[in-house]
Amino acid sequence: MVTEPLRTLLEIEPEAPIIGPGHDYASVTDKVSAIVLTNKTPKGWFVGLAIAFALVMTLMAAVGYLFITGIGIWGNQIPVAWAFDITNFVWWIGIGHAGTLISAILLLLRQKWRQSINRFAEAMTLFAVACAGIFPLIHVGRPWLAYWLFPIPNTMGVWPQFRSPLMWDVFAVSTYATVSLLFWFVGLIPDLATLRDRAKNRAAQIIYGMLAMGWRGSAVHWHRYETASLLLAGLATPLVVSVHTVVSFDFAVSIIPGWHTTIFPPYFVAGAIYSGFAMVMTLGIPVRRFYHLEDFITMRHLENMAKVLLATGLIVAYGYGMEIFSAFYTGEKFETYMVMNRLHGPYAPAYWALILCNIIIPQFLWIKRLRTNIPVLFVISLIINVGMWLERFVIIVTSLHRDFMPSSWGMFRPTQWDFATYFGTIGLFLMLFFLFIRFLPLISIFEMRQLVASENERAVRSH
Amino acid sequence: MNDWNNVQIRPAAACGGDERIDLAALQSKLESSNDSRSRFWRSLDELADTQRYEEFTHAEFPEEAETAPSGVSRRQMLKLMGASAALAGLTACTKLPAQKIVPYVRAPEEIIPGKPLFYATAMPQGGVGMGLLVESHMGRPTKIEGNPDHPASLGATNIFAQAAILSLYDPDRSQVVLQGGRISSCDLFTAALRQARDHHRAAQGAGLRILTETVTSPTLASQIEAVFASMPEAKWHQYEPGGRDAERGGAQLAFGEYVNTFCRFDRADVILSLDSDFLASGPASVRYARDFTSRRHIETPRSEMNRLYVAESTPSNTGAMADHRIPLRARDIEAFARAVSAELGVASGQSGANDLPKKWIAAVARDLKQHRGRSIVVAGEVQPPAVHALAHAMNDALGNLGATVICTDPIEPKPTNQVASLRDLVSDMKDGRVKTLLILGGNPAYTAPADLEFSKHLLNVPLRAHLSLYQDETSQLCHWHIPEAHFLESWSDLRAYDGTVSILQPLISPLYDGKTAHDLLAVLEAKEYGSHDAVKAYWKGRYTADHKNDAGFESFWDKSLHDGFVGGSALPEKRVSVKNAVSFTASAQPAADALELIVRPDPTIGDGRWANNAWLQELPKPLTQLTWDNAALMSPKTAQRLGVTNEDVVILSYGGKQVKAPVWLMPGHADESVTVHLGYGRARAGNVGTGIGFNASQFRTSQAPWFGSGLKIQKTGDRYPLATTQFHHVMQQEGRTEDEPSVAAFERELVRVGTLEEFRKNPDFAKNPENRTTKALSLYPGYDYRGYAWGMAIDMNRCIGCNACVVACQAENNIPVVGKEEVRRGREMHWIRVDTYFRGGLENPETYHQPVVCMQCENAPCEVVCPVGATVHTSEGLNDMVYNRCVGTRYCSNNCPYKVRHFNFKMYSDWETPSLKLLRNPNVTVRSRGVMEKCTYCVQRINSAKIEAGKKDRPVRDGEIATACEAACPAQAIVFGNINDPGSRVAKLKAQSRNFALLTELNTKPRTSYLAKLRNPNPEIEG
Repeated sequence: MVTEPLRTLLEIEPEAPIIGPGHDYASVTDKVSAIVLTNKTPKGWFVGLAIAFALVMTLMAAVGYLFITGIGIWGNQIPVAWAFDITNFVWWIGIGHAGTLISAILLLLRQKWRQSINRFAEAMTLFAVACAGIFPLIHVGRPWLAYWLFPIPNTMGVWPQFRSPLMWDVFAVSTYATVSLLFWFVGLIPDLATLRDRAKNRAAQIIYGMLAMGWRGSAVHWHRYETASLLLAGLATPLVVSVHTVVSFDFAVSIIPGWHTTIFPPYFVAGAIYSGFAMVMTLGIPVRRFYHLEDFITMRHLENMAKVLLATGLIVAYGYGMEIFSAFYTGEKFETYMVMNRLHGPYAPAYWALILCNIIIPQFLWIKRLRTNIPVLFVISLIINVGMWLERFVIIVTSLHRDFMPSSWGMFRPTQWDFATYFGTIGLFLMLFFLFIRFLPLISIFEMRQLVASENERAVRSH
Repeated sequence: MNDWNNVQIRPAAACGGDERIDLAALQSKLESSNDSRSRFWRSLDELADTQRYEEFTHAEFPEEAETAPSGVSRRQMLKLMGASAALAGLTACTKLPAQKIVPYVRAPEEIIPGKPLFYATAMPQGGVGMGLLVESHMGRPTKIEGNPDHPASLGATNIFAQAAILSLYDPDRSQVVLQGGRISSCDLFTAALRQARDHHRAAQGAGLRILTETVTSPTLASQIEAVFASMPEAKWHQYEPGGRDAERGGAQLAFGEYVNTFCRFDRADVILSLDSDFLASGPASVRYARDFTSRRHIETPRSEMNRLYVAESTPSNTGAMADHRIPLRARDIEAFARAVSAELGVASGQSGANDLPKKWIAAVARDLKQHRGRSIVVAGEVQPPAVHALAHAMNDALGNLGATVICTDPIEPKPTNQVASLRDLVSDMKDGRVKTLLILGGNPAYTAPADLEFSKHLLNVPLRAHLSLYQDETSQLCHWHIPEAHFLESWSDLRAYDGTVSILQPLISPLYDGKTAHDLLAVLEAKEYGSHDAVKAYWKGRYTADHKNDAGFESFWDKSLHDGFVGGSALPEKRVSVKNAVSFTASAQPAADALELIVRPDPTIGDGRWANNAWLQELPKPLTQLTWDNAALMSPKTAQRLGVTNEDVVILSYGGKQVKAPVWLMPGHADESVTVHLGYGRARAGNVGTGIGFNASQFRTSQAPWFGSGLKIQKTGDRYPLATTQFHHVMQQEGRTEDEPSVAAFERELVRVGTLEEFRKNPDFAKNPENRTTKALSLYPGYDYRGYAWGMAIDMNRCIGCNACVVACQAENNIPVVGKEEVRRGREMHWIRVDTYFRGGLENPETYHQPVVCMQCENAPCEVVCPVGATVHTSEGLNDMVYNRCVGTRYCSNNCPYKVRHFNFKMYSDWETPSLKLLRNPNVTVRSRGVMEKCTYCVQRINSAKIEAGKKDRPVRDGEIATACEAACPAQAIVFGNINDPGSRVAKLKAQSRNFALLTELNTKPRTSYLAKLRNPNPEIEG
């Protein structure tokens, strides 16, 4: 139901090109594979990797100290027993959603424009899920026992308690990670074969050769490939909706005012796609610039993504509105207080910053001139990333810090280790992404060839 | 002196033959080593050196004699291992006292592993005794309860009694005799003391002085008397910093002699308190709280209730219980008392201040007059003797003396004006007339009034010795420091507030070879007995004198030890009459506009003697909920005038002394008055208490020990973080200053209050309206509680907010302390908390206390969200925490609407300190890092009662299980039991119309419920 208007929205201007002019099969292959195989690694890449690596080292230090001392190094307390940890978890999981949406849902909807961005969007999904997965593991009091959350038969009599939404989370996130990885890897196989064939270096030939799993490009291979990717797309599609729905259950199933809300599942899914597309844009715009991929990631792509941002942003805004409306409509004193406290309490600046970032500023995307201005898009995408982090922070911390018993009200104040852990995962994410663009084709070569073919066909027909 | 070391432990068949190893001698040899860390290994060498030990091992392994002694053979290896096992046995086991001590009847005759024994003893508080039962596991005391038969306890305790067990095992306690700061030995000190004794004896005792705190011990007094018999020129001084000088002075003013008075609040209908916190401070407070709240016990709308009027400066627990409370500066209390006494017809000169609430005073006086013989006027220790005398005069005029106020002879063998006594001592020290000063307990270098300059003149004394639990500020200034035995390690005797004598029996042999005052006096007496013999000899003498022979003394002794008090030893009532009240001279009234400074003993660490007790440091102070610090308390209005707020640092200047102090706004504090608490700013208290807070002791003078005018306050612009356990935020609402969380609490109906009148008209006023009564809706099937169903009812009408339950819970459940920084972060671990809410404007609010434990919900939100099943429901309705399973997701705490769960964010439990290992309750897990914990309803007590009942094939009886909080509660506000049994006390309370539960609209079905608070206002004042 949602997809139909989305589809029309995305196809308002079918004429705009999704690939630059003058490309043939060879030029596409050359251009993308050269980044990995032949071009000299740009200096900027090393600088970026170094910064990301430094942040990863910060993460290692923060987590190492955490394991030695306990999560008391963070600002978490009673009543705010979850804070940055779960905020970061939800934020990262949400970011991952764009990749799956692009590769699975848009594939099923035959949105061809997705083909140039799906590879790195999928990679982004994987890396974001990796960053997200860190938090549930390290945030528990006894991380060495975190495996008890998995249903592993054992002699200790320990078995998961399936009524807990955290259990559902474990299954949702691990399934999501598995399917995303498979989908990404299957999609990579034809390109890995291309790299294997074009590599001059013996080591690269062997490694890419092993990863290509004997791909020869025969019709049977292509047939199986198409079947597998369609099946995986079918599997991944419900996950786009289910993962963040289950994540939202962590909150919606509880009884805390501000968490106990039926609107959370759709609102979280929309928020996830919102933040995911913002992150695709945040990553895509610089990559496009530095690797001169303007022909492959065209203005059409960016504009379409901006429209997705606008649409999902409005769904999120509706969610914020409904939270406030239902609190006052029920007249329930705890809910009413929670909303008033968000608007006026000690964390009110975070709430108003979130409204500014997520609702007000993205409205500029209505204007085509701004929507097609790359620096503006980049800044707005960054702002939405910040806004979506704030949204999770506001939901988690402001709901917890003043709940039912006024005597137990408290304040969460983050420590340096909270920030170190958060920025550390950003470093991890960036580092993985830098390695990805250096060692794997960041745009799907074979899909671009298909695009060239269909573009040529269209050109022939229109003449 | 060495009466602890002649223990003859004879392991069964250890040696087989006649040659026995004297393990006791070995043990004492080991103990003479002072470095406790090295004790283990060094003593192995020592033990291996003794010839007897070799014989011992030879006897153990007879064939050993023939082996060739070259290298380390397998046998030698085994021998060595055997030796270390023997040593481990010597050093690791706790030491039983040598003399016979008698267990309480609840316990079996002999020690059975896993079975605690209970022994009766008593605890000194300001020198006055309170009877206790101490739980002992395998010879180590672990938990203190009240002695139900002792008049000062009636089974309940207070925060100090609960925390005393931690002081016993405090690793910072003084462990060795020091001479000039260097390690010495007891024998050397004894020799020095003997030499001094002989020297002074030659001079008839001139120059010999003994300084003690308040002494009620008949044995100690008789020992001192015996010493002075041979040395008539020697002098005995007493000084207790938080003592009862004003009370004694008041009695002397009123009656012309020292008279001990105490109140029978159970007989009083109307009570007027003049700045007296009788419910929470003073040696009889536990009994007073019980008596007072027994008159607040409501069963039906026809039940009667007493009425309490309080005029006070610093808000107190007593003020919070008042039906009518009026904040007055401490110096205005006297004028207030005069005004009331004038209304009562007790002529007492002019009333002074004109701004007193005339209507209020008249109404109070009328109410008192209507309850002649059934009312009490009680004056607080911080008020001068004149106010006490006025109170006596009013009680006399109201016919209360002998009815509700009982007079007896003093409980102290030698009552004195202690400040005067100390002043005499200091002036003699100054003039060099003191040659030898024996300070038996106390810390006068820190606590003495500043104007006396005790520390300075102390240095004039050629021989100074200090007996105390800690190496404190006074020890630092003395030639000799002798570690004192804790009261749980001592033989002694004490009188209670009514004169009842308790004989203290030790629960454990002194951990660090501490001495008692009896031991030191024995040296002066030139007698070779220890404290046990001294006490027993004294009582044998008394018994023989009373009974003309000593037949039956042993059974008298055993019975007294067993019961915890000497039967019939309460002092007989004494008939006294008040002298003409006009003669009570008015205290000097200073300029009325000057800011007033009030100094009070700290509510949790007293005069500083509890400064190193982390339980008491972390215990939220009643009403402020401050921990780990003292502060300058003032009313919000005064703070506003001064332009300061919470945590602002100000400089307090008073009497030529200056101190920096953080400000804390205290709702209900008298305006233009600032309260500071003693006990902080200690220079040498130990690792816990040194250097925290500021020293308010320097503001005390011998003339004005408790309050005075002329305080100057200067802002500094600095901030100092204070750690509280409850969030308060001052806001403006409807033109009044209000506390935001309190307003929310009343909106949410967490606290339900009515007047007695309203209750009589509508007994169901506290009930939820029909539309908010929850239906039994749940996704999951309910539980069927067939056997026991444990529940708790907390009567808010009885709770006085004293926090005894909090410390009791901490002691029972091995709850760690977390320190100030962690408290500030909101990570305190107390399983029970006493919430405080204010209502009706912060100038003079009504104050309500609400103890919050785990609600043990039947539909527990915590249980469904735990992913690993670490918190589970039992068939009896408890929400059990399985620590071993907990991985620490903290989801349960988030989903707990009552926020009663606490998380070990770091490694809070001390797993290292050896002495603290002895402290732990062996029936409760010591939690590690990363684990959630919460109130269990003392499941270990439930299970042990069930096992006992099961052995006898009967159900657990009502009252057989008392949770730690319930047992400690002096107000009997907490009742635990089986709600499936309609005859149980808890079921009856829950059946009352005042019963309500918190947040029932969430359908949690809590097992803990509350009984609504009632007020009994005077219609003349409120109407």
